Amino acid sequence: MPAIKSLEELKRVREEALQKKQVKAAAGSIQVIVAMGTCGIAAGARETMKSVLNYIETNNLSGVTVTQTGCMGMCEQEPIMQVIVGESPRVVYGKVNAEVAAQIMKQHVQGGQPLKERVLPV
Amino acid sequence: MKEIALHLLDIAENSVAAQGRNISIEVVEDLSSDLLSLSVTDDGRGMDERAAQQALDPFYTTRTTRKVGLGIPLLKLAAEQAEGRLTLKTASGKGAKIEASFRHSHIDRMPLGDLSMTFLTLLVAYPHVHWVFVYRVVDAAGQSRSFEFDDAELKTALSDTPLTEPQILKFVRGMFEEGIEAIAPQTVK
Repeated sequence: MPAIKSLEELKRVREEALQKKQVKAAAGSIQVIVAMGTCGIAAGARETMKSVLNYIETNNLSGVTVTQTGCMGMCEQEPIMQVIVGESPRVVYGKVNAEVAAQIMKQHVQGGQPLKERVLPV
Repeated sequence: MKEIALHLLDIAENSVAAQGRNISIEVVEDLSSDLLSLSVTDDGRGMDERAAQQALDPFYTTRTTRKVGLGIPLLKLAAEQAEGRLTLKTASGKGAKIEASFRHSHIDRMPLGDLSMTFLTLLVAYPHVHWVFVYRVVDAAGQSRSFEFDDAELKTALSDTPLTEPQILKFVRGMFEEGIEAIAPQTVK
């Protein structure tokens, strides 16, 4: 089975993505970081990640960087997710299940308002 | 951990932490020999003999070897509970290869789980790594079918367009899901 469905299709998709991206570029850089140490994964971090990616896809949200980090030493708060919007300091969230992740994506990443009740003091 | 795919994600994280640049993951469901096996191979910094021993034992893990932590012992336990085993081949500066096997039909074998999401997570989160993912199914008659993904072609075509652009994400997710679904053995519902 060929690994890539169709290179042509991918190129077309990329062109579309690039055109749309130019419109959104002014919003500044947004980084979403999901902790994925053994503790995070065991607590459901992959479902958190899935929810984040799913939100980006269904809401057509451009310009968000999604990365991972290891154990942060707060295993009891896992899954942990951090959001960095532009030059603002990072916001660390605890116990981010799929549902909370979607809420953070909507309210903080898209709306610019941190979800206060889930922020961890760090 | 509830899925083998989650263990895979965890073990692959070790490879990234060990500065692996080329990491390949292979999962084989061989129904003809009743075996489910997996391997994660990297070209990272590897471990000397002592560190490799410690990596297998949760009680000997010290803070300096904490990058390995509990992940490997957990997978080892999961494999052994299903009449399988885990082996770790590594040498200092020579990368590492972890192989685990399970008896496919064993009642205590955990499900393979969401392999496509594990692949997608790794690909998106570590774009600097060259990933190779292989999923192979051998049916009871010995017929083999596989899904093979090498990210080189994809990354060349994408140039510097991030994988997290919604359209790209949809494309890649669809590619993994369809490719894996197409060959996965039928599960009894």
